[in-house]
Amino acid sequence: MDAIDATLPPPVNYLNAQHGIKSWLLTRDHKRIALLYLFGITFFFVLGGIFAALIRLELLTPAGDLMEAETYNKMFTLHGVIMIFFFLIPSIPATLGNFLVPIMIGAKDLAFPRINLLSWYIYMVGGLFTIAVIVLGGVDTGWTFYTPYSTAASNTHVVLTGLGVFITGFSSILTGLNFIVTIHRMRAPGMTWFRLPLFIWSHYATALIMVLGTPVIAITVLLVAAERVLHLGLFDPKLGGDPVLFQHLFWFYSHPAVYIMILPAMGVISELVAAFSRKAIFGYNFVAFASLAIALIGFLVWGHHMFVSSQSVYAGLVFSFLSFLVAIPSAVKVFNWTATMYKGSISFQAPIMYVFGFMGLFLVGGLTGLFLASVGLDVHVHDTYFVVAHFHYIMVGGAIMGFQGGLHYWWPKIFGRKYPEGWAKLAALVIFVGFNLTFFPQFLLGYLGMPRRYYAYPPEFQVLNIMSTAGASVLAIGYLIPAIYFAWSLKYGELAEANPWGAKGLEWTIPSPPPTYNFEETPVITEPPYNYTPEFVASVTAASRPEVELG
Amino acid sequence: MTEHAESPIGTYLAVFVTLLVMTALTTWVAFHDWGALNTPIALAIAVFKGSLVVWFFMHVRYSARLTQIVVVSGFFWLLILFSFTLSDYLSRGMLPFPGK
Amino acid sequence: MADAQAHAQDLEPTALQHQFDSLEQQFDASVLGMWVFLVTEIMFFGGLFMAYIVYRTWYPDSFAAGSHHLDVTLGMTNTMVLIASSLTMALAVWAGQQGNRFRQVLFLGLTLLFGFAFLGIKAYEYWEKFQDHLVPGPNFVWDGPGNPHAVQIFYSLYFAMTGLHALHMVVGAGIMITLLVMAARGRFTRQWSTPLEIGGLYWHFVDIVWIFLFPLLYLIERHV
Repeated sequence: MDAIDATLPPPVNYLNAQHGIKSWLLTRDHKRIALLYLFGITFFFVLGGIFAALIRLELLTPAGDLMEAETYNKMFTLHGVIMIFFFLIPSIPATLGNFLVPIMIGAKDLAFPRINLLSWYIYMVGGLFTIAVIVLGGVDTGWTFYTPYSTAASNTHVVLTGLGVFITGFSSILTGLNFIVTIHRMRAPGMTWFRLPLFIWSHYATALIMVLGTPVIAITVLLVAAERVLHLGLFDPKLGGDPVLFQHLFWFYSHPAVYIMILPAMGVISELVAAFSRKAIFGYNFVAFASLAIALIGFLVWGHHMFVSSQSVYAGLVFSFLSFLVAIPSAVKVFNWTATMYKGSISFQAPIMYVFGFMGLFLVGGLTGLFLASVGLDVHVHDTYFVVAHFHYIMVGGAIMGFQGGLHYWWPKIFGRKYPEGWAKLAALVIFVGFNLTFFPQFLLGYLGMPRRYYAYPPEFQVLNIMSTAGASVLAIGYLIPAIYFAWSLKYGELAEANPWGAKGLEWTIPSPPPTYNFEETPVITEPPYNYTPEFVASVTAASRPEVELG
Repeated sequence: MTEHAESPIGTYLAVFVTLLVMTALTTWVAFHDWGALNTPIALAIAVFKGSLVVWFFMHVRYSARLTQIVVVSGFFWLLILFSFTLSDYLSRGMLPFPGK
Repeated sequence: MADAQAHAQDLEPTALQHQFDSLEQQFDASVLGMWVFLVTEIMFFGGLFMAYIVYRTWYPDSFAAGSHHLDVTLGMTNTMVLIASSLTMALAVWAGQQGNRFRQVLFLGLTLLFGFAFLGIKAYEYWEKFQDHLVPGPNFVWDGPGNPHAVQIFYSLYFAMTGLHALHMVVGAGIMITLLVMAARGRFTRQWSTPLEIGGLYWHFVDIVWIFLFPLLYLIERHV
């Protein structure tokens, strides 16, 4: 790699140990596979973002003037399918998770390196199906594929899209399987469960959901495809079936899938809060078990998506009550992060800016989730922009903020180069402002009664829609800035030392970038996680943390 | 590795014969009317047969506690799917409004 | 399915892979990986069982009527064939632990034979149903008792469940052939027979699925 500074002897690391495209496409190194995934999800993020931009452009004016209703339906469907199945679900686990899980537990690799590579190929094949759908004319069912529209009415490429989702599901299953086995069987000597970083706990909980939930959506989209081709009647009321059964099976996975997106982000936040406050996480056990509680309770609440279907009122009440319970472990985490920061010596660098963004936006997203979990209120705002705003606060404000924060924090470790701190802070600010400008007006729109998934709307909603579209432009700039400086830093960034943040954790004890097998010899762990003793803090502060940094 | 000194052949043959007998039994039972118990009997026999396979042929008897937890949690999650979905289906029509 | 095969191939004979510290750790990880995979299989079939429960609750009479057109004798025979294959599979795993090459080949061969017998009988049943216009879709015809739509749902689930099961049998046969070749080459020793162990777990799981399918599909209210 010509990026290595010629004045320094190039240490052999996972990036330069082998050369050539083949060494990447056939690699079994979890760190390289993480980068393959990073390439994949970035591509699909841009693709999904283009559809989002087209949606916001159409909604700039009340009339449907940019595109026809059918086209608009395809836009929001493709935006949803791509962002959920091809960006958000693999985002943190398959990139940062893949890179860090073995390192953080002191292992040389995941338990099944070939299966790890296989999962990336499966993901890309599923992605090719989705690209084929776009080329052939799109799909218009919404990412939820609700029957009987998807099976009996839509004349777009439902089967092909379903196959793409089905295939990609297996990559998610394999990643989850690999994480579970790795975390159980590959921990270094002394790395007990309660010495694991919280990032590992949250990825363990995520892996459980991937393994237990994904097969159900896989069989469900297969049934939708079969029903569509053969008209079996499984989900068609005209033929004796029940469309609500589809919704049960769909949401049994797709609600927990939300936790596949947010739990890894929570893991990132835990690491960042500790590192930038120079303190152990307050109530480590509670935060660890909160991840497992979210994974478990997350499986018991799916019916809150179905309050206005013909689901029985009694089932609705049970699902409503259980949905409120999820708020408890989520709140435990937020409280404990806040308590960790209290009296910490907080260093205001770019990653912690994303943490602040996460905490504020996740709070709003979570609390509006309680509105939606209340049966009576949900009947009022169901299928309005209120719902759209709510889940974007969780998925963009939560998951992507966490992903960005983690990417900045571990960037020096992954590539051995530092990004420009000033630009990074600016980008964090632009993203926060742009995000709120985009999605806060949508809460108001939804509460006023603007339904989601319509290409035209009454003129009185225009001001708020213009704000939202303007915010989307700001948000796009906010995502563009890191893309530029990250690319720049690969070649011109300052070389990173092993522990540029002065943080605890096994990943900061090895060189940046790490050698192929991570550790020269298997580490032996003798201390609790986040062990920021005064001696350690004193030893790293002078060396690695200048208090004022202006980009 | 799972090392057990004594030959398992005797156990395996006993399990095999039991499974065959149970298959015949479940078929015989199906041709007689036991009222509301028809399905529960069939399911009980199937669960018994499946458990024999898991316990003896799949060595869960000798496996680590972790393997046993994995097996149990698999079926537990299946029960979550069944019971919460049925909580809807079985309580439909309990209110005097059409569709509820 | 495909990943199960990949799983079997993921293990080099006797050689310790770089990411593990000991053979024991490698073995434990492989077995745990297979079990976690089987849990995903439980949930995969679980979606179909869920649909079965709902529609059988809704249409008990039509399900019984549809079930009465399945051949109990063939279904029971196939159940026994699969149970026999599970026995020989368990014996093959045991032969692997003993490092007995002749017995490994013998029992794996028998397992494969029973697997093909099962698939043959299943194919004959499918052919019969095809003749009787009981394959769901445009050519489905039902003039017996019960609601034709509901009977079609029964047959949809019958074909989905047994078809998916048969697909797993085909994959299982592929695994058996791979194991057979490895066993014949003397790859399995007293120290290392992990692929046999995890291949066996897969085979037994497929057997268990059928143990549930048989009464649920073939034996509904047979006394009527």
